Amino acid sequence: MSADGLPWGFAYLDEGTKRMIRRALLKALAVPGLQVPFASREMPMPYGWGTGGVQVTASVLTPDDVLKVIDQGADDTTNAVSIRRFFARTAGVATTTRTAEATVIQTRHRIPETPLREGQILVFQVPIPEPLRFLEPRETETRRMHALAEYGLMHVKLYEDIARHGHIATTYAYPVLVEGRYVMDPSPIPKFDNPKLCSEAILLFGAGREARIHALPPHTRVESLAFEDHPFEPARAAGICALCGAADSYLDEVLTDDRGGRIFVCSDTDFCETRRAGGAS
Amino acid sequence: MTPLLEVRNLTRRYGARTGCEGVGFDLWPGEVLGIVGESGSGKTTLLNCLAGLLPPDGGEAWFDTREAGPRDVFRMPEGERRRLARTDWAFVRQNPRDGLRLNVSAGANVGERLMAVGARHYGAIRAEAARWLERVEIDPARIDDRPSTFSGGMQQRLQIARNLVTRPRLVLMDEPTGGLDVSVQARLLDLLRGLVRDLGLAVVIVTHDLAVVRLLAHRVMVMKDGRVVEEGLTDRVLDDPRHPYTQLLVSSVLAA
Amino acid sequence: MIRVEGVSKGFVLHNQGGARLAVLRDAALAVRPGECVALVGPSGAGKSTLLRMVQGNYGIDGGRIVVGGVDLSTASPREVLRLRRETLGWVSQFLRVIPRVPALDVVAEPLRALGVPEEEARARAAALLGRLNLPRPLWDLSPTTFSGGEQQRVNIARGFVHPYPALLLDEPTASLDPVNRAVVLDLIREAKARGAAILGIFHDEGARAAVCDREVDVGRFVP
Repeated sequence: MSADGLPWGFAYLDEGTKRMIRRALLKALAVPGLQVPFASREMPMPYGWGTGGVQVTASVLTPDDVLKVIDQGADDTTNAVSIRRFFARTAGVATTTRTAEATVIQTRHRIPETPLREGQILVFQVPIPEPLRFLEPRETETRRMHALAEYGLMHVKLYEDIARHGHIATTYAYPVLVEGRYVMDPSPIPKFDNPKLCSEAILLFGAGREARIHALPPHTRVESLAFEDHPFEPARAAGICALCGAADSYLDEVLTDDRGGRIFVCSDTDFCETRRAGGAS
Repeated sequence: MTPLLEVRNLTRRYGARTGCEGVGFDLWPGEVLGIVGESGSGKTTLLNCLAGLLPPDGGEAWFDTREAGPRDVFRMPEGERRRLARTDWAFVRQNPRDGLRLNVSAGANVGERLMAVGARHYGAIRAEAARWLERVEIDPARIDDRPSTFSGGMQQRLQIARNLVTRPRLVLMDEPTGGLDVSVQARLLDLLRGLVRDLGLAVVIVTHDLAVVRLLAHRVMVMKDGRVVEEGLTDRVLDDPRHPYTQLLVSSVLAA
Repeated sequence: MIRVEGVSKGFVLHNQGGARLAVLRDAALAVRPGECVALVGPSGAGKSTLLRMVQGNYGIDGGRIVVGGVDLSTASPREVLRLRRETLGWVSQFLRVIPRVPALDVVAEPLRALGVPEEEARARAAALLGRLNLPRPLWDLSPTTFSGGEQQRVNIARGFVHPYPALLLDEPTASLDPVNRAVVLDLIREAKARGAAILGIFHDEGARAAVCDREVDVGRFVP
């Protein structure tokens, strides 16, 4: 029981755990792109529902923070709503759906369209932090490869894409090289979001099941891997948002009936609503 | 001139048991050294130590690096040794499935070493991979097929292409013809011999097949219980064996 | 060119109770450039053993054998291989080749090992196989399927494709018809004319009389 009489500490985790996670976060920020192990705790939700992100968020939250939680860009999905309510209850922090108003944003699989600014923290939920896992199953070996910066394998994966599809078909979890040193999996964000990894905000990545944290401090140089003759291209569906008319945002495809009718809408619900409130359509 | 590889007093034990003990040899460019002996004689231990897969308990292995001349590979930083292993060395395993990536295409298998040393032009990597497939007698039209769809002989040839694409100078082979049909073996031997001659490769080949040694190796070392009991010119050792064990080995071969 | 001095040789058969067979003692002979010397003597006298020692195929227990300045009793394998590549040709009775290599390439191989370009090596091999009347359709087939006489001609072609300064011949005319036998004798004469030192075993007395300048009775060296 915590000092204030609640059956849990501030933001659910006990202070010792948060301190441990903060140490991992500091190390991850000091060595951008490096996967730092941490003692991942059991959380009151199943693995795959954001246990890593939740532990990181719990460790960086202060009582004055304003929290936003999104899942695939949306504030109103079950996962986003549950996590938002979890912290409203366990930390008593204010919550918002507005990107611009939030100080801490926990996300699954998207980076908000509204550019982040200095002072904001974006926390990613990460399923598999190891970008080399696809081709090298041994953890002992992938660690060595990171240590020695042996990254030829990443290009094998991209080569295979082009050989099979004629272009680099990896559309999400697109690997990046951080400050010319570590290859990092940016979590399953669409590659459309990759350019936003060079940010003014602090980007933190938490993988609960794999017990790894990695991070990108503000203004880190992040390059998406590519070939000279097949350069990186951030991709989005060719279309405009049926709700706000945006032609430059990342779109979700929505089926509207059983006869093949479909529309595209912004995946970032806050971005879309803000535009509509401003009179766009 | 200096040898490409000088091995001195290489020793590896498994607890009280001896893997190999006091093994030494020189290997020159263009030279094929055969290592023969029965299972458990230490020949694979020796090869794995040289390949950096197994740390030796003692000894030295001086490799004449392109940049800095002879260096003891056992005392090299791991990163440097691994860089050598994917540029100037090759390791062809008995089971091609251990030496290939079965879940990516033949082209990617061949191109991997190129990408590992910094090749970043897809078209150029692919063209080089196609050239190597042709060189090892695999139809370049199969460049996008996975090796799991290849026959055993094709897989072994693919493994060789994958290893040789960076033009290594030292090739280590562990029973490369084991498990292949006799006709497929012949094709592979012919291919290897041509590559050794045309590329000036230095090869250490471990095998228990004396016919392979006779056709491929210039010199041979006979190992028993972890030690070298006889060595010399291949046909001299096979036709005029001195050591009792070599005599037994040679006389045990069934004539075809 | 070829010098054998005080050479002895025996075999120890470890797997047959350590039986010791003494084959040669104090063997000595010399072959000068342009000379052809025949090893003679009864069967089992050690002709073949001596020839194989000169080739480096059998080890030397005592004495020295010097070919083209290389002492085979002390030479490293690398030196012996170089000697065989550049200086010492060998026509064996046996053909040991990789089964799928075509006859033409088997013959061209010694030249390829010397760095002769493929085209030229194959052309020279073809000329020689033609001269030895090996039917053209066989050139692209592996000699492992050939008859004895055909295999022997492949072996002969291999031994004469490069102008080796020294040549060892083991029964070079044994399984040949009169026409091809004459071709081989011509090849030997030509090699002598260009200065090759030749040491051989010829059971074919006519051939021996036709090309050999001297005979060395190996029976003298039996211990």
